[in-house]
Amino acid sequence: MLRFTAERFVGMIVTMLLVSLMVFIIMELPPGDYADRYAFRKYSGTGVSVTEADIQAIRVELGLDKPMLLRYFDWIGNIVLHGDFGQAFAFETSVTKVIGDKALLTTAILFGTLIITYLVSIPIGIYAAVKRASFADYGLTTFSYLGLALPNFLLALILLYFANRWFNADIGGLFSAEMKDAPWSLAKAGDLIAHLWLPAIVLAWSAVAYQLQTVRATMSDELNKLSVTAARARGVPETKLLIKYPARLAINPVVSTIGFDVNRIFSELPIVAVVLGLTELGELLLRAYLDLDMYVAGAILLLLTFMIVFMNFISDILLAWLDPRIKLGG
Amino acid sequence: MTDTAKPDRDEAQRLRYYSASQWTLIWWRFRRHRAAMVAATILGIMALMGVFAEVVAPYGPTSRNASYLDGPPQLPMFCDRQGCSIRPFVHGIKTERDPITLRAISVPDPETRVYVSFLARGEQVRLFGVIPTDIHLFGLDHDKARLHLWGTDDLGRDVFSRTIYATRTSLSIGVMGVLISFVLALIIGGTAGYAGGRVDGGIQRVTEVVRVVPIIPLYMGLAAAMPPEWSTTQVYFAMTLILGLFGWPTLARRIRSQLLSIRNEDYVVAARLAGARPSRIIGQHMLPSFTSFIIVDLVISFPYMILSETALSFVGLGLRPPSVSWGVMLQQAQSVRVIEQTPWLFIPAGFVVVAVLAFTVIGDGLRDAADPYSEAR
Repeated sequence: MLRFTAERFVGMIVTMLLVSLMVFIIMELPPGDYADRYAFRKYSGTGVSVTEADIQAIRVELGLDKPMLLRYFDWIGNIVLHGDFGQAFAFETSVTKVIGDKALLTTAILFGTLIITYLVSIPIGIYAAVKRASFADYGLTTFSYLGLALPNFLLALILLYFANRWFNADIGGLFSAEMKDAPWSLAKAGDLIAHLWLPAIVLAWSAVAYQLQTVRATMSDELNKLSVTAARARGVPETKLLIKYPARLAINPVVSTIGFDVNRIFSELPIVAVVLGLTELGELLLRAYLDLDMYVAGAILLLLTFMIVFMNFISDILLAWLDPRIKLGG
Repeated sequence: MTDTAKPDRDEAQRLRYYSASQWTLIWWRFRRHRAAMVAATILGIMALMGVFAEVVAPYGPTSRNASYLDGPPQLPMFCDRQGCSIRPFVHGIKTERDPITLRAISVPDPETRVYVSFLARGEQVRLFGVIPTDIHLFGLDHDKARLHLWGTDDLGRDVFSRTIYATRTSLSIGVMGVLISFVLALIIGGTAGYAGGRVDGGIQRVTEVVRVVPIIPLYMGLAAAMPPEWSTTQVYFAMTLILGLFGWPTLARRIRSQLLSIRNEDYVVAARLAGARPSRIIGQHMLPSFTSFIIVDLVISFPYMILSETALSFVGLGLRPPSVSWGVMLQQAQSVRVIEQTPWLFIPAGFVVVAVLAFTVIGDGLRDAADPYSEAR
């Protein structure tokens, strides 16, 4: 197990390095570098005329004139050694400050969503497989098809509409107005949880639909195994039997796709954030790109991807622990 | 007599079954999957509407009707207070003042009738951008009046016509994206699976990297890199390219693992010993053994492309007006206020849901049909 964990850990680090290189290349893609815009922002309206030499000076000052590979090593070195993601130009402060709180909120939303996804999809998927071809089974299958087809930004809009109509409540945002700028406290955390359920449900929507089908399919296969028949013949009570044999194996494919779910959630987060008015998250990303603030954008993309790679690692370890056969093959 | 004729027919049928090719068998099995057939029909109609958009849509995607802004849908009817008619008609439009806000609003005028005609003459358009015609599937008799089946948006543009044009854009982006990722998957997965060993290890690393990056945040970065002065056509092609460039890992993995599992089969070794080039061995000998699975994978990757395009255009990072796609149209429907006041702007959302559902159901049907062990006949 130790050896397996170590191997996977090294794999994770290599992937992270490659990802960081790719993210850096994407950061370099937008035409026109930051120096032009910086000069424009700083001097526009002041009557000072800016020459090419001034822009060049800004470029040198910001370190934008060095060759690309060197800047990559500067960038990644600072991140790894000092946790410093560089300068957020548009906000005139460090990236770490700009995204610090938001990273925490994103993590909260992520785990909220994952918990809802698994709490809903695993028991219901098992139930649908046991009651195969029943009314409930068909209903759930239809629901999960819909879950795959209805884009969740539309679901978010529909939920907002009904919340408005029935409860006359404005449920967008992550905090209520009075809590928004308050320092962190127990009351603020409670407020967050009270607002978190809506984005979490919206984001869990398609993940539930997908996992429901996976659990149901694996469970149906496992139910036909001889081990189940043998246990039933021995007189093992039905509930205990279900938990002990087929359900144990039916959650394996769910565990192995945790990273995939995280990826899906992060992909949908910016879009849902725009609809639900979660200014804290989605708009930061959008604004960073529109402002060409590539250090902020790159840091966000990097953190999101690292999170996915890390969850992949966790899922590998969990899977090997749940199903020891995997270690031998892997 | 009848007793002997029946077994004969059975016999003939059985012969037909045994001598049918693999594709015929798949088609027979697929045909029996009722939901998939319905889905395929719906999708076929959608595709046809998209291809012949200029003729199906009564008006151009950007043509405006200034006297009917945010107008509700006009449903053709056969009867009104003045009696019934064989030809469907709609009521004319007249302008009135809103009693509360005193704004000029357009309301239907039940006194006047405008008849709907089929294959009507209307705006001059070029079918496929080449063939000039002024025939449209339907239109109104009256020259001035316009039929807005699904209402109009805030600029007075016909939602029905725009949806038809959007269907063309959205489906074609899906097709192009899937094709690009298919070619990439074939090359990358093919190389990895055929070569194996260290080459495979390296390619697997790269695949892993592309696979873990969350798609939409990544698109956002790349979309920002597109110069704002690009024309809508350039943005369209860039978009399909990006969608394709990051859509290949799943399929590449499938091709790789299938190739790895059969690369030491006798017939592959025989081909290699006979001196065939790798591309020929993969294309002629190895791929045909799992073509049907590749097709299934291609079909089920469509919804992914379509949903990504819709989501990105919805937040304004994908296609830009004046091009129309489902996502671009839904961009006008971002708030709760729109659901309350002009719910018909959500009609394109129905198209998205139906298209995605149809692709998913067809994929399921194809998967069942392609599995040779699914049933005896």
